[in-house]
Amino acid sequence: MLEINNLTARIGDAEILRGLSLSVKAGEVHAIMGPNGSGKSTLAQVIAGHQDYVVTGGTATFNGKNLLDLEPEERAREGVFLGFQYPVEIPGVNNAYLLKAAVNARRQHQGLGEIDAFEFLKLAREKMAMLGMDTKFLNRGVNEGFSGGEKKRNEILQMAMLEPKLAILDETDSGLDIDALKAVAEGVNSLRKPDRAIVLVTHYQRLLDYISPDFVHVLSEGRIIRSGDRTLALELEEKGYDWLREAANG
Amino acid sequence: MSAENLESMVNRRYAHGFITDIATESLPPGLNEDIVRAISLRKNEPEFMLEWRLQAYRQWLEMKEPTWAHVHYPPIRFNEISYYAAPKSDKDRPKSLDEVDPKLLETYEKLGIPLHERARLAGVAVDAVFDSVSVATTFKGKLADAGVIFCSFSEAVREHPELVRKYLGSVVPRRDNFYAALNSAVFSDGSFVYIPKGVRCPMELSTYFRINAANTGQFERTLIIADEGSHVSYLEGCTAPMRDENQLHAAVVELVALEGAEIKYSTVQNWYPGDENGVGGIYNFVTKRGDCRGANSKISWTQVETGSAITWKYPSCLLRGENSVGEFYSVAVANNRQQADTGTKMIHIGANTRSTIVSKGISAGKAQNAYRGLVKVMPQAHGARNHTQCDSLLIGKDCGAHTFPYMEIKNPSAKIEHEATTSKISADQLFYCRQRGIAEEDAVNMIVNGFCKEVFKQLPMEFAVEAQALLNVSLEGAVG
Repeated sequence: MLEINNLTARIGDAEILRGLSLSVKAGEVHAIMGPNGSGKSTLAQVIAGHQDYVVTGGTATFNGKNLLDLEPEERAREGVFLGFQYPVEIPGVNNAYLLKAAVNARRQHQGLGEIDAFEFLKLAREKMAMLGMDTKFLNRGVNEGFSGGEKKRNEILQMAMLEPKLAILDETDSGLDIDALKAVAEGVNSLRKPDRAIVLVTHYQRLLDYISPDFVHVLSEGRIIRSGDRTLALELEEKGYDWLREAANG
Repeated sequence: MSAENLESMVNRRYAHGFITDIATESLPPGLNEDIVRAISLRKNEPEFMLEWRLQAYRQWLEMKEPTWAHVHYPPIRFNEISYYAAPKSDKDRPKSLDEVDPKLLETYEKLGIPLHERARLAGVAVDAVFDSVSVATTFKGKLADAGVIFCSFSEAVREHPELVRKYLGSVVPRRDNFYAALNSAVFSDGSFVYIPKGVRCPMELSTYFRINAANTGQFERTLIIADEGSHVSYLEGCTAPMRDENQLHAAVVELVALEGAEIKYSTVQNWYPGDENGVGGIYNFVTKRGDCRGANSKISWTQVETGSAITWKYPSCLLRGENSVGEFYSVAVANNRQQADTGTKMIHIGANTRSTIVSKGISAGKAQNAYRGLVKVMPQAHGARNHTQCDSLLIGKDCGAHTFPYMEIKNPSAKIEHEATTSKISADQLFYCRQRGIAEEDAVNMIVNGFCKEVFKQLPMEFAVEAQALLNVSLEGAVG
């Protein structure tokens, strides 16, 4: 589904990704781990097409299409979803309005008709119940005055509504208390499907106690230095990242 | 009934009414007493009107063009302007939509204006087919039953001279300012409304339906009088882009609300703003003022300003009656090289008068957008209250927003609040929306409409929907 080969990318003068390769297939859950500054969030932003990151080499395809040729909204409509680490507030814009516009943009791309208001509300209520969210969120400004946990839950709600093929969740666990973390993880687990891939970007293995990944990759200085199964995460928890970096450099 | 039929009815009026007399060529450029006399003569005006115009002209001669506004433009050569243009004859108009500028048609398309209305808006000559059971006829009938007078200003001067004489210039005196004086001397036409005592006007009055709606010219004059306990909602303008060969527009609007009366005045202004470099756009120098003359009266201005190369406009309220209320809700958009200097004045004279100001300024491209507001509380205005909220939204790096709030408070019991914010549509907000599959331009529209919500909800429903579409078109190409 997602094939990344020898990707290099920079922001400003700083080279962040330095030859990163990753292959993600439908139905798989991958965890990308690594210390601060290793390029985890950059990878997520580059896949989504953030304009501040310049790809300087390598390739990235999504279901055979050259991802790097597509505008961010085109990537989204193809089924790439990014759950933001810091979801931005958009005052005055109704949460439901944004969500409906997003759902319809995707549906239009798929050649489906627009969803009507009634159907939309029904669907939104269902998903919100599943995520333990109050429906009053729909009528608030996008992320406006939301707590950290509410923002993250709102991201998962959007994911649930948009039904992406590939969901990249960037530090979805950061800033969450244990109850919020559980709720978010349950939400993500309920969205695991054989035709959907999920990439978890996380600093700590805590999230992986609740969402069990098929693969774990360790990122350091812009490339993957070790891949393994979930036991790798536990090993990291115990030993930290340094032993791997030493091993990689030695 | 379709707009074409309505238009043709309007045209028939022109054809068979007084206007036939004046449907001759334009007057030569320049301004002097003879020109003023010629305008008055062509409009068949009574003596008092001519005198009034002449006095205005003499006062105008002694006045200087104002330069305090935050706008820049080459000097206007007042002697090169023609102050009277005859209505266009059918043979000068485009024969069909094929002869109309495709760019204009494209905009109509985006605004969702029905096909049959596009022809009317683009000034295409329409064959006269009169529909006797038309909306307009029903409309006129209903108004007449209620005793409401709604007619062109010229008609009012002839048919209701006593009302015109009593109220004209009573809110905006001839020598109020340079452009008001000019307008008073040479005004072409406009609307006149009188709502009798205790009458709630049975429908929203729109210039769109006004007899003689075509060709009000560059110096429009509007006078609305709401007698005791009456109520009226008036809609001015049109969301479709209006082009005009006359670059200078200087309108005057006067509103009078007597005891317990309420006037709601909504404007959507979409004059041609010029091209990307601002060439050819209209200069819109408007004086709008409402006088809450009676106790418990209320005047509410709502405006959506998207057009013109330069806008200079401050709809104001004189709160004279006790407990009277003034409101001002405004969205002003400036894109490309547009310049807007707009705001309001709330003058508290009576006791316990209240005013609310909500101004939303949006700047994009290389535009400059200024809010200029005055809240004045006179010594006798005990218990006056004002709340002002003034928000600016910037799109891009090359535009500017400026706020000039003035307050003159001469009564210690006054309560005055002023809130102001400036924000930018951030790259992060746009990326967030795009990552959800929403195109960049739609995202901008979404954010802008969210920003303007408070003002849009003051507009009559249909107008609000149109205003929203208009805003989207106005900001096209503002990003990326």
